[in-house]
Amino acid sequence: MDIKGEYRIAAPREKVFAALNDAEVLKACIPGCESLEKLSDTEMTAKVRLRIGPVSAAFSGKVTLSDIDPPNGYKISGEGQGGVAGFAKGGASVRLTDDAGTTVLAYDVDAQVGGKIAQVGARLIQGTARKLADQFFGKFAESVGAPPLAAAAEPA
Amino acid sequence: MTAETGIGARVKRKEDQRFLTGTGRYVDDLPLARATYAYFLRSPHAHAKIKSIDTGAAKAMPGVVEIFTGKDTADAKVGGLICGWVVKGKDGQPHKAPPHPVMALDTVRYVGDTVAMVVANSADEARDAAEAIKVDYEVKPANVDLAKAFDKGTPEVHAEAPGNLIYDWEIGVKADVDAAFAKAAHVTKLDLVNNRLIPNAMEPRAAAAEYDKGTGNYTLWSTSQNPHVLRLILSAFVLGIPEHKLRVIAPDVGGGFGSKIFCYNEETMVTWAASRVGRPIKWTAERAESFMTDAHGRDHVTHAELALDKDGKFLGLKVDTIANMGAYLSTFSTAVPTYLYATLLAGQYTTPVIHANVRAALTHTAPVDAYRGAGRPEATFVIESIVSKAAAELKMDPAELRRKNFIPADAFPYQTPVALQYDSGNYPPIIDEAMKMADYKGFESRRAEAKSRGKLRGIGFSSYIEACGLGPSRVIGQLGGGVGQWESAQIKFNPTGNVQILTGAHSHGQSHETTFAQLVSDKLGVPIENVEVVHGDTATTPFGMGSYGSRSLAVGGSAIMKAADKVIAKGKKIAAHLMEADVADVVFEQGTFKVAGTDKNVPLGAAVFAAYVPHNYPLEELEPGMDENAFYDPSNFVYPAGTQICEVEVDPETGVVEVVNHTAVDDFGNIINPMIVEGQVHGGIVQGVGQALMENAVYDKETGQLVSGSYMDYTMPRADDVPSFKLGNKVTPCPHNPLGVKGCGEAGAIAAPAAVMNAVHDALAPLGVTHVPMPATPQTVWQAIHGGK
Repeated sequence: MDIKGEYRIAAPREKVFAALNDAEVLKACIPGCESLEKLSDTEMTAKVRLRIGPVSAAFSGKVTLSDIDPPNGYKISGEGQGGVAGFAKGGASVRLTDDAGTTVLAYDVDAQVGGKIAQVGARLIQGTARKLADQFFGKFAESVGAPPLAAAAEPA
Repeated sequence: MTAETGIGARVKRKEDQRFLTGTGRYVDDLPLARATYAYFLRSPHAHAKIKSIDTGAAKAMPGVVEIFTGKDTADAKVGGLICGWVVKGKDGQPHKAPPHPVMALDTVRYVGDTVAMVVANSADEARDAAEAIKVDYEVKPANVDLAKAFDKGTPEVHAEAPGNLIYDWEIGVKADVDAAFAKAAHVTKLDLVNNRLIPNAMEPRAAAAEYDKGTGNYTLWSTSQNPHVLRLILSAFVLGIPEHKLRVIAPDVGGGFGSKIFCYNEETMVTWAASRVGRPIKWTAERAESFMTDAHGRDHVTHAELALDKDGKFLGLKVDTIANMGAYLSTFSTAVPTYLYATLLAGQYTTPVIHANVRAALTHTAPVDAYRGAGRPEATFVIESIVSKAAAELKMDPAELRRKNFIPADAFPYQTPVALQYDSGNYPPIIDEAMKMADYKGFESRRAEAKSRGKLRGIGFSSYIEACGLGPSRVIGQLGGGVGQWESAQIKFNPTGNVQILTGAHSHGQSHETTFAQLVSDKLGVPIENVEVVHGDTATTPFGMGSYGSRSLAVGGSAIMKAADKVIAKGKKIAAHLMEADVADVVFEQGTFKVAGTDKNVPLGAAVFAAYVPHNYPLEELEPGMDENAFYDPSNFVYPAGTQICEVEVDPETGVVEVVNHTAVDDFGNIINPMIVEGQVHGGIVQGVGQALMENAVYDKETGQLVSGSYMDYTMPRADDVPSFKLGNKVTPCPHNPLGVKGCGEAGAIAAPAAVMNAVHDALAPLGVTHVPMPATPQTVWQAIHGGK
């Protein structure tokens, strides 16, 4: 599964990139995030409550930043254990480009689930991941920039 | 007894009263004082190394009594689960037998593999605590695609089975088959996948166990089809609890279809842990667990070739099959694709030479074992698909090609080239009757009429044979089976004239309480309401082998008849004494002993009463009491056979297949209760239609996640998916059991998939479609149509 999208953010690239590395911003934007603690510049622990189809579970796990290339982008990955519900993992490659004083944020998300979530909700993962990506980047664009000029997540 | 309740009567099921009024007693209904509840934490990964398990936080959760992991069971030296049937490969070596620990030790091998057991004061607390167990996995690549299981580079499931190969087995002489193919005028080739199925018994698996510290006795209540066999396995191989200290009770059980034959880890664990926690433990699978962990069925990849001469006579058959075993070998898994499959490849035909090569593969999926029909549906699907395909290629009528190759009635007993000797049968009248009932002659006009409505109508045959009534113990032993296959019965005739039949068979839907009561009522002349069938408890019934392989009546019923004969023989002696007659002159008719040519008579009840109150009784030569035991070991399998004809309509716009007619004519030998037999056939056909059109267990080929793990994604057939069936029967009595009966429990499911799929292929043939994979879901059919245009 692969979900792609783009957001235009009314802020310069450096500011956007800094926000992408700010645990407080991430915490506010990750849907269902109950806690996010920074362990290092590239590692965080997180607790996220998610609902996929009929399964609702709290996932505890790690968030890792990699391929860091300021201010052009990075990769953010998460992997969480949801106890008896199974696990979820996924990541997003984020690319930032300048466009007339604003920043175009392009993302490419992949996600995988296992255990009971996959068993009862496999068909729903695509839709759920898209919704979560929209929520995250939409909120991110909103909190970092001025109100978004054009917000549109488009399928690849 | 009377015609209303005797052999051949449509007696309503005695057990239905309690089932339909909600008063059945299932394992989960058990009220156990001070009970605790188990929850099993399952692996969410198909293949991973367990780096660590932290139960610290979970143990501190409310209500938690104890948490066990694989390490605890290993430390306590709990044995692994066994595979009870040794199959020797071409190399003469026994199959590879990788360990099957009751809980994963350092590696998980399928989604659902057991990682920890939480015991708590309530089921909810146990589940909540499981949530708090932290397992650190190192995820590894999984081997999920059966067709690639042996490929180089495919991850290995067990080091003990290099290349994932459990055995490479063959039957038949390959050179003879090659020689036959060299002479063939026509060869039909076929590649098939027999789709993987999930059993879905109405009652999920459940277990409850109690340990009595005072006596050291264990009691296990389990949803088992064969409580004595379960006890034997637990005692001798897994837990080491002596058999006489372990009582296994299988009370009312809501369906099994094979999936409850096997010894599973959950029932093992609750028994083991019950003594550790000092309180009873209960566990009932959630439906999602059933999907993940009940032994699945079928799952073959097969290539077959049929050689025919210019007249359509079969010259030879070769079959190459890869059978999925899953991640561990379940109790009888190894036998299913060999002795229950390849030995059936002659079908109803005189094919003179057959060679089958079967390779059993490990994959990172749930274990696969016997499921209604167990090997025989797979064999029937291969034979009946390739025969219909050959008919289509040769532009012959499919019935005509079958008839041309049927084993003639005068050839019985018939020795097939694949080990079995069919005892009896007469196939041509069966197909004739089925064609008449299905109005085969009128089919083309129905096809034309359907076409006028834009529908594609097709008709399909499936002429099956099965070997069931397992089985002669000597043969089972020669083939590697680890148990005897007789059955036991005890008839306790009480002083007041009522009768208890204690059987080693187990009913989980088969209606033994009615059928067995009919037998005894008929034989001994006791009113049916005075006959009670007792089963499913190792403490009260004689050791028995349980119910599977359509064996209960042919083997268990025969044991009951033997015990009844002993009752009559003893009663005869008592009656002779009471009538002051010679035993040789005493006859038994309709419940009464008589002296031929006189009006002297003694009802059986009076003889029995005398046996318990032996005031006037030949004590010097006869023991008091009327309690007779019998064990019956059959001299051969029984061979039910029949023909099903299915008629479908396909909507080419949507790919939806509708079964519009379905006819089944069977030879089950003599029939005790036609209503019950029809019920078994109905259920079997529906299961077969389910396999053909809907049911499919799907694992994600990369991650090994079970993606058809709920009723949202795994479609079960419903009443409105099938038409009203047309059933008929022909009788050739089984020559070697006292009732002349064969088995009827699996036949419907054995024959139906091929009948339905042949009908689908016939419907799509005008479009040039030559292959539709099973199940023929709307999507699959639509793709076949539009890819084939």
